[in-house]
Amino acid sequence: MALDELKIGGMGASRRRVEDNRFIRGKGNYVDDIVLPGMLHMEILRSPVAHARIKSIDTTAAWEVPGVRLVMTGETLAARNLAWMPTLSYDTQAVMATDKVRFQGQEVAAVIADDPYIAKDALSRIVVEYEQLPAIVNPEQAASPEAPLVRDDKVNQDSNKIFDWEIGDKESTDRAFAEADVVSTIDLHYPRSHPSPLETCGSIADYDRATGKLTVYMTTQAPHIIRAAVAMVAELPEHMIRIVSPDLGGGFGNKVPVYPGYVIAILASILTEHPVKWVEDRSSNLISTGFGRDVYLQGQLALRKDGKILGMRMHTISDHGAFYADAQPTKFKIGLMHSTFAAYDVPAAHLTSEGWYTNKAPGGVAYRCSFRVTEAMFFQERMMHAAANDLGMDQAEFRRINLVKDDQFPYRTAFGFLTDSGQYGKCLDIALDAIGYANFKEEQEEARKRGKLLGIGISTMTEPLGAGNSREYDIIGIKMFDSAELRVHMTGKAILRTGAKTQGQGHETTWAQIVAHELGIPAEDIVVEEGDTDTAPFGMGTYASRSTPVAGAAVAMVARKIRAKARKIAAHLLEVSEEDIEWELGRFYVRGNQERGVTIQDCALAAYSNVPDGLEPGLENNAYYDPPNLTWPFAAYVCKVEVDPETGVWDVLKFVAVDDCGVRINPMIVEGQIMGGLTEAYAMASMQYITFDEEGNCIGSNFMDYLLPTAWETPGYELHEVVTPCPHHPIGAKGIGECATVGGPAAFVNAVMNAIEHTGVRNVDMPLMPNRVYEAVQTGRDVSGAPPVKGD
Amino acid sequence: MYPSQFAYDAPTSVNEVIAILDRSNGEAKVLAGGQSLIPMLKLRFASPERIVDINNIDGLDYIRQDPDGSLRIGALVRHEDLEYSDLIAETQPTLAAAASLVADPLVRTRGTFVGSVCHADPQGDWAATMIALDGRVVAQGPSGRREIAMKDFVLGPFTNALAYNEVAVEAVIPPAKGTRKGSYLKLERRVGDFATASVAVALDMNGETVQRAGCALAGVGGKTIDANAEISAALVGKTLDAATIEAAADAVAGASDPRTDHRGSAAYKRQIVKTFVTRILTHIAQSEQKAA
Amino acid sequence: MTSLYEEIPTAPAADVPTRRVTITVNGEKRTLDIEPRLLLAHLIRQGLQLTGTHVGCDTTGCGACTVLLNGRPAKSCTVLAVQADGREVTTVEGLASAQQLDPIQEGFKEEHGLQCGFCTPGMMLAAKALLERNPNPTEDDVRWALSGNICRCTGYQNIVKAVLWAAETMREES
Repeated sequence: MALDELKIGGMGASRRRVEDNRFIRGKGNYVDDIVLPGMLHMEILRSPVAHARIKSIDTTAAWEVPGVRLVMTGETLAARNLAWMPTLSYDTQAVMATDKVRFQGQEVAAVIADDPYIAKDALSRIVVEYEQLPAIVNPEQAASPEAPLVRDDKVNQDSNKIFDWEIGDKESTDRAFAEADVVSTIDLHYPRSHPSPLETCGSIADYDRATGKLTVYMTTQAPHIIRAAVAMVAELPEHMIRIVSPDLGGGFGNKVPVYPGYVIAILASILTEHPVKWVEDRSSNLISTGFGRDVYLQGQLALRKDGKILGMRMHTISDHGAFYADAQPTKFKIGLMHSTFAAYDVPAAHLTSEGWYTNKAPGGVAYRCSFRVTEAMFFQERMMHAAANDLGMDQAEFRRINLVKDDQFPYRTAFGFLTDSGQYGKCLDIALDAIGYANFKEEQEEARKRGKLLGIGISTMTEPLGAGNSREYDIIGIKMFDSAELRVHMTGKAILRTGAKTQGQGHETTWAQIVAHELGIPAEDIVVEEGDTDTAPFGMGTYASRSTPVAGAAVAMVARKIRAKARKIAAHLLEVSEEDIEWELGRFYVRGNQERGVTIQDCALAAYSNVPDGLEPGLENNAYYDPPNLTWPFAAYVCKVEVDPETGVWDVLKFVAVDDCGVRINPMIVEGQIMGGLTEAYAMASMQYITFDEEGNCIGSNFMDYLLPTAWETPGYELHEVVTPCPHHPIGAKGIGECATVGGPAAFVNAVMNAIEHTGVRNVDMPLMPNRVYEAVQTGRDVSGAPPVKGD
Repeated sequence: MYPSQFAYDAPTSVNEVIAILDRSNGEAKVLAGGQSLIPMLKLRFASPERIVDINNIDGLDYIRQDPDGSLRIGALVRHEDLEYSDLIAETQPTLAAAASLVADPLVRTRGTFVGSVCHADPQGDWAATMIALDGRVVAQGPSGRREIAMKDFVLGPFTNALAYNEVAVEAVIPPAKGTRKGSYLKLERRVGDFATASVAVALDMNGETVQRAGCALAGVGGKTIDANAEISAALVGKTLDAATIEAAADAVAGASDPRTDHRGSAAYKRQIVKTFVTRILTHIAQSEQKAA
Repeated sequence: MTSLYEEIPTAPAADVPTRRVTITVNGEKRTLDIEPRLLLAHLIRQGLQLTGTHVGCDTTGCGACTVLLNGRPAKSCTVLAVQADGREVTTVEGLASAQQLDPIQEGFKEEHGLQCGFCTPGMMLAAKALLERNPNPTEDDVRWALSGNICRCTGYQNIVKAVLWAAETMREES
C-alpha cells in the first residue's frame, strides 16, 4: 500500500522542525560558539567621522598592551595588495582605509589579541589624526557641483555618479501619457533600513601553514560565492579554501556580502599563524554592514477616467554609500526594480535610474528584498493608492480593474517579465471579506464624527523570486543555478546536501519533506546538511527567496534521478521489465499485481548487494537546477488602523494576509515566514530606519536609535491561503521568504494615509513615527523623511 | 562591549561603602542595579578606577509607609518591586503608572529606583515623579545623614548633588495632603525607547478641590523639567474643569524646553506635553465624578 | 631531566586584579577567579562554555543574553560576573532535566516559536519567569513580559502561542 504522505512527513505536513531539537536546548552552533585551539580575537577600530583624510595613525601604545599579538593598519594590507578588494558589482571597496575614510564606521585599524577585552584595551590606545572633509549624506548633495569627490581613488571617476540605467519603452509610454485623462504622481523616499539579524556578522579564519589550507567559519548565506571571492581577493587556490557556514542567527541578506572584517581576519590568521576570530558588535553591524533601500522613488501613472492604467513612468535615485557593493544580478544595475507593476496589466512603461556615491556605508541590496523588489512594490502600491484617490475611485475597485486576470496568463509585462500563474482577484476578495471592507466607509465616517481616525490600506503584488535563469541572471559572471546531492544508504536512510544555506527557514526540515514526497522515505530518515563548501555541492546560497524555487527544485530533481535508478533495481528484484513497474509512495509494484512489490528500502539495500548487470552499484546522485523562469507568488495584504490625531500614534486594529505561494511544503513554516516578514514590514512602516545628520553622523547605529518592535507593539496577523501551483517548478512551489516584507509596508502606510486622507496629505515617508503623522495631520502637507535630519 | 579595568569592592554595610568612597577621592562609582552604569562601562563612556557594589548590603530593599504617611524606598528596591507592590498601587498612583513604563521588564528586575534617580538622566522617569511629588533623597556620608530635596538633587545631565564620599540610601515621598491622585504618561515609540516626551502629574485632593499639585517632565529639556509652580498656580484651591485643566496644560507646556531632533520638532513635543497633562487631569476629574 | 629551553608566555600586566567567586550555575557550584570587569554573559559563554546564552547587541537592548539570576530574568550582558557571587544562575542548558524537556521548550517546538534560534534561549527563560509568577497569563500578559526580548524572525505570534501552550500544559500537569 502507498504510504500516508502526511504521516511520513511529506509535502503538506506541518512537520515539527528538526533544527529545534538543538536550539531549544541551547546547543546551536553559531560562529561565536566555535572555539579553536590557540584562537586569537580581533577587534576593529572604526572611523568616528564620515569623510576625512587620515593624517596619521600611531599604534605604538597599542602594541605595548600585554596580550596583543598584532596591530594592523591600512598599510599592513596595502603592502600585500589587500587594502582594496573587488565588490559583487564590479566596483572596488576599501578593506581598510589608507588615504581617507569615506563613511562613519569605516575600518581604520585592527588589533589581534588573546581575548577581546585586551583587544579593546589596545584599540583605545590607537591615535588617529583626521582632517575632516564635508560629508555627503544624500544623492542631491552628491550631485551638487561643489560636492567633494567620494571616490577620488578611482581613475576616470570625476563625479559622484555611479550609473545611469533605463529599461522599457519611452516612446510608447510618452504616447500613453499624452492620451491620459488623469496623470497621477507620487514622490517617495524609502529610507535606509538594516536587516539587523539578531546574530551579528563574524568569522574565524584559520590558515594552516602546514597544509596550506584556509578554513573560514563564517556567517554567510552563500558559502560558495565566498569561497570564489576569497580565492580572488586573497589569491589562494580555490581547492585550498574551505568556507563553513554553521548555524546562522538570521540573515535577511545581511550575511551575503564579503565584509572587510572577514578579509582582515584571514590576513591576520596568515600573519599570526593562529586562528583569528572576529565577531562584530551590534554598532559595527548597523553602521558598516549591508543595509537595504535608501532610494528615492518618483513615478507617474497615465490613467483613463474609467480607471484603466495606460502607462507607468518611474525614476529612481539610489544611494549606494561609498562603494558600489550591491549583491545583485549583473545585468540589472538597480536589481529587479523593473518588476514593479508586474501584477497589473500595464501596456506601456519606462524606468530610468541613477545611482550615487555618498559618505555612508556601502550596500543597498539586502534585507529581505529580493533585489530591490521591496522598493518596487512599495512604490507600486503607494502609486496605486494615490491614483485611486486622484480618480475618486475605491481602492479595491481600482485594483480589480487593473490586476492581471486569471485567463491572461502567461502574461508578458511591459518590462519583459513573464508571469505565469495566479488568482489575484480571489486573493483580494478573501482579504477584503476578512477585514470587513464592505461596511468600512460607514464605520470610518461615523468614527470621524467622534474624533477617531480609522483607515484601511491595501497592498496587492506579485514579486519575482527564484533568481534565476542562466540566460539573464548571474552574479559576477557565475550563473544562478542551485544544487542538491542525495545519498541513500543501504538501510534506506539518506543524507541530503544542497548549495543553499538556511538561516532559520527550516531547510533541515523541509528539504527532507520533498525527498519524502518523491521517494517515500520518511522525512525523519533523511538528514540535511548545508553550508560546508568541502562537502556541499556548488550553489549560490540563500537570499532573494531563491531556495525553494531553485535549490528545492534541485532536491526534487535529484530525488527523481534516484527513483529512476531504483526503478531499474526494482525491476531486477521483481524479475520483470522496467515497463511493467508502477510506483506508489514508498514502493514499486508489478502492474496488474499491486501486492507484488518492493519498498524503496529494499531497492536501497539491493543497490549495494544485488544490482542488475550493467548498472553501477550505489544509490547516490546529484542535480543542478537552472530554473526556466522566475516564480511569481502573489499576496493581498489589508490593514486596518486607528490614528490618534492628538499625538500621531497609530495602532493596528486588524491585519489580514492572503498569500499564494503555490504549493506549500510545510504550512507551519510558510506561515512563520509570513508573520516574520510582516513584522519587518511593520517595523519599517512604524519605527525602524537609519538616517544621518548634516555631518554624516549615523543615527541608528545602535538599538537605542535603531528601533526593532517588541512583542508588545507588534500586531497579530490573520493568515489565509490560496494555492496556484507554479507551472514550471517540479513541485509547484513558488517561495515565500520575502513576500510579506515586500508587500507589507504599503499596507500599513496606505492605511494610515487613508485615516488622515481628509487633511489632504498625499504622502508621509516611512517610518510613520508619531511626530510625522502628527505634523501631516496638523499641516495637511506631505512629510518627507530623507536625510539629513536637522536638529537645533 | 568590553569595559576597561577597574578595582571592585562588595561591602556588606553602608559604613564600609562610605569608607571606600572616602578613600577613593572621587574615583569610585557606586553600583546598584547597574542598568545605567554597566552600559556606560561597556561603551567606555565611563571608566572609573573603582566600583563599589552595594548589592550585598542587607536591609536596603524596603518599601514602607511611615505612620505620618511618608513613603520610604530603600536603595536596593528594584523597579519591578514598585511595579508589583500593592502599597504603591493603592497609595501612589503616579509611581504606579510610571513603574511599568521604566525601560523593559528585564531591566526592571535589576535597576533600582534610587540608582535611577542618582543617575540623573534627563530622560529618567523616576526623576520626573520625584519632582512632581516633592521627593527627597537621603544621602549618607562620613558625617552622617542628610536629606536633599529632589529639585536640588539634580545639578545637570548625569550630575547629582552627592558629595564624592556620600551614597544615597533612600528616597522619601512626603505624605499626601488629602487623597493622592495622579498618573504618568510617556510617549515612546516602543518599549524601552527613550521618551519623546513624558509627563508626571501628582495631585493631592480634598474632595473635588486640589490641595497640592505637582508636575514634572522628561525628554523635553536638558534636564527634568520642574513644572510644579506652573501646575500649582493653575490648580491649587480649585476644582478640575475644562477651563482649569486647559490652563494647567498650557502653563506646563510653556515650562517645557524641548529640542527639535529626529524624534520630532520642539513644537510637537510641547504639544504632547499639553495633551498628556490634559488627559491625566481629565481622567482624574472623571474618576472623581464617578466616585461622587 | 631539565628542559633544553623554557618558554615564558607573555606576562599579564602586573596586579591584574582578580576576585574569587562562587556561583551556582544550573544547580552546580562553580568557583572561579575572574576579573571584575568580566560580564556575566562572557563568563557563561567563554568561561563556562555554556554557549546557549547569546549576545545580540551592545546597548542592553535585545535580551538575547537573558538568564535567570536568583530566579528573576536579567540581561547577563548588563551584570558583572562578580555580582553573581553567592547567587544562582540558570541558563537555557539548565531548563531540561536528564529525562525530559521543560514544557516551555516543548511548547516552542510544538508551536513553531523559533526560526533561527538565536533569541530562543533568552525568550524561554523570560517566559519561564513569567509562568512562575503567573501560571495563567493572557496573551497581553505574555507580550508584556517578553517585551524585553527581541525576535527578528517569528513576528512573536507563535512565541505567544508557545508560551500559552506551555502554561496550559503545566496547569494540566499540576
